[in-house]
Amino acid sequence: MSGILILEQTLNGLQFGLMLFLLAAGLTLVFGIMDMINLAHGSLYMVGAYLMATFVQATGSFVLALALAVAGTAVIGMLLEVSLFRRLYQRDHLTQVLATFAVILIANELVRLVFGSQPVLLNTPAALSGPVDLLPGLAYSSYRLLIIAVGLAVALLLYLLVAKTRTGMLVRAGASNREMATAMGVNIRTLFTFVFGVGAGLCAIAGAMLGPILAVQVGMGESILILAFVVIVIGGIGSIRGALVGALLVGIVDTIGRAFLPALFREFLPPAYASNLGPAVASILIYVLMAAVLFWKPQGLFPARG
Amino acid sequence: MRKKVIALVVLALVAGGASAADRIKVGFVSTLSGPQGAPGIDARDGFLLAVKLAGGKLGDLPAEVLVTDDQFNPEAGKQAVDRYVKRDRVDFVTGIIYSNVLLAAAPSAFEAKVPYVSSNAGPSQIAGSGCNAYFVSAAWQNDGYHEASGQYATSKGFKSVYLLAPNYPAGKDALAGFKRFYTGKVADEVYPRLGQLDFAAELAQVRAAKPEAVYAFMPGGMGINFVKQYVAAGLSKDVQLILPGFSADEDTIKAVGEPMLGLFNPAHWAPDFDNAESKRFVAAFEKEYGRIPSIYAAQGYDAALMIDGAIRAVKGRVEDRDAAMRALKGGKPRSVRGDYKINNNGFPIQSYYLRVIGKDGQGRLINKTIGTVFANHADAYAKECKLK
Repeated sequence: MSGILILEQTLNGLQFGLMLFLLAAGLTLVFGIMDMINLAHGSLYMVGAYLMATFVQATGSFVLALALAVAGTAVIGMLLEVSLFRRLYQRDHLTQVLATFAVILIANELVRLVFGSQPVLLNTPAALSGPVDLLPGLAYSSYRLLIIAVGLAVALLLYLLVAKTRTGMLVRAGASNREMATAMGVNIRTLFTFVFGVGAGLCAIAGAMLGPILAVQVGMGESILILAFVVIVIGGIGSIRGALVGALLVGIVDTIGRAFLPALFREFLPPAYASNLGPAVASILIYVLMAAVLFWKPQGLFPARG
Repeated sequence: MRKKVIALVVLALVAGGASAADRIKVGFVSTLSGPQGAPGIDARDGFLLAVKLAGGKLGDLPAEVLVTDDQFNPEAGKQAVDRYVKRDRVDFVTGIIYSNVLLAAAPSAFEAKVPYVSSNAGPSQIAGSGCNAYFVSAAWQNDGYHEASGQYATSKGFKSVYLLAPNYPAGKDALAGFKRFYTGKVADEVYPRLGQLDFAAELAQVRAAKPEAVYAFMPGGMGINFVKQYVAAGLSKDVQLILPGFSADEDTIKAVGEPMLGLFNPAHWAPDFDNAESKRFVAAFEKEYGRIPSIYAAQGYDAALMIDGAIRAVKGRVEDRDAAMRALKGGKPRSVRGDYKINNNGFPIQSYYLRVIGKDGQGRLINKTIGTVFANHADAYAKECKLK
């Protein structure tokens, strides 16, 4: 177990964490500010990936396609908010879960009708298809480096947006006390539509950036949504900072666990036990982490509401 | 109107009995929705195509194919089969893609003594001592592709192979099947979680272990994720990736594209097969659905051909279930794969071929056959099966 390998696995954890952050940031905004459980968040992620695949093939340009996919998904998200989700804010969580679950099913079948049931083609751009040498002996996928860069850039932009702008102030006010913010004259309706659009755009960035290394297929959103919920529960619902820290924790714990736990178990246990126990423990590690966080900090690491 | 229908039903029940059927009913249960739905849709399309090409008939009798979505849910699959054998009184049941659904649902057909013709799933549980007289497969026993991959790795002389499969029973079976015919050293065996999305950690371990080849069984979307990330990590230049045919099939190729060029994978059929049945099938499938058929589509088509042949052999007397079963297992079914036989446990004795992904005349990526891995290969479980 060399230092290079540990470094590479840490990079992998960072990359996986940032990829979860892109998804969790939108989810935590919507959940925290509107008090709305949106299970269809994963569907917007899927829409983003499908739009990306379509635009890459239509335009041939990765960057242009990314911009179009993000804009398109944000518009779809805002239309959804205006037409449907707006009516759900006052309802209880169970109604929201039911309604947004229905959106998942409808979105999946709509995508199947338009694109067919087989996964669609989406690849890394040719310039980033191979690895680069970071250090002697450490070749790392250049596309994964791009994901790290985009993840960090989005985190920084979101931080600036939320912490330094007037809109961000309203968002924070809405997250910590919605009634008071309304009473102070904040136009909650427009703010919510805007926030929902931003959340959908973040989903699209996640879907578009991950599409080239994951299968772009119907139902892709549900498999990643659970992880996004784990992230925001750990980080504290409604907090962007919490989402970032939670996502990095989940990414690194999961990656390091998968990489090194089986080997560690083999050192101490008979091979028959180790080969069964290693993968099993590695795959529940993030849930153990979540349980531990909830035990000591039931509101998550950075609760948005006081 | 209702009275008339009841009268007809009574008449049909009375007239049933020994005389030959005048129509055939087939119950097709498969996973047709959700992220796991693509193979089932292909199998259904292949099956319906065979019926359509025969003028809506199976074995020269008008055929009605009932289709139900099992939603990748064993319980829903069982309910569908129950309904088919009890209420719809079908003559054959077929279509299930996933082994977990099959193990829950097929016993309903077995108990009702309705032949189950598998168009995909072939778990070891019903291949060995748990085999059943009403089961026959037009596909393969689950281990077949993995055994062929192991044999290919041995014949290439690979000294160390790194193995990956998801941490669930079929994943462990897959690697056991590979190791049954691979004689070299296993560099390591890794079992990621079923449904895992990101393989960066595993791929870094592969690079550090420096094996000569990697064998990965990753079903469904996991396979696409794995291949995309394997290529992006630059591993494909140094370490040869071997995949079972279903992880390098038309659906995966469509999603991954050029990076899959030159990838070796064993299977029992490829769309470039040079026999009349296969050529007819591929041309008709492309015309009907506008895509290159996958192995799942070929298996659905072959299941229909097998049923068709059996109905002819018993001259339409499918009510005699045991005679129908004898015909299904004893005949030489027409098939896009060429000739094959059925073993005592209901599974095919057939050849497995090495395929490589190349380009066809129109520049499309397609699997091409380049050699035979196994000729007339039987599965390892048949000897534990008590059936004759």
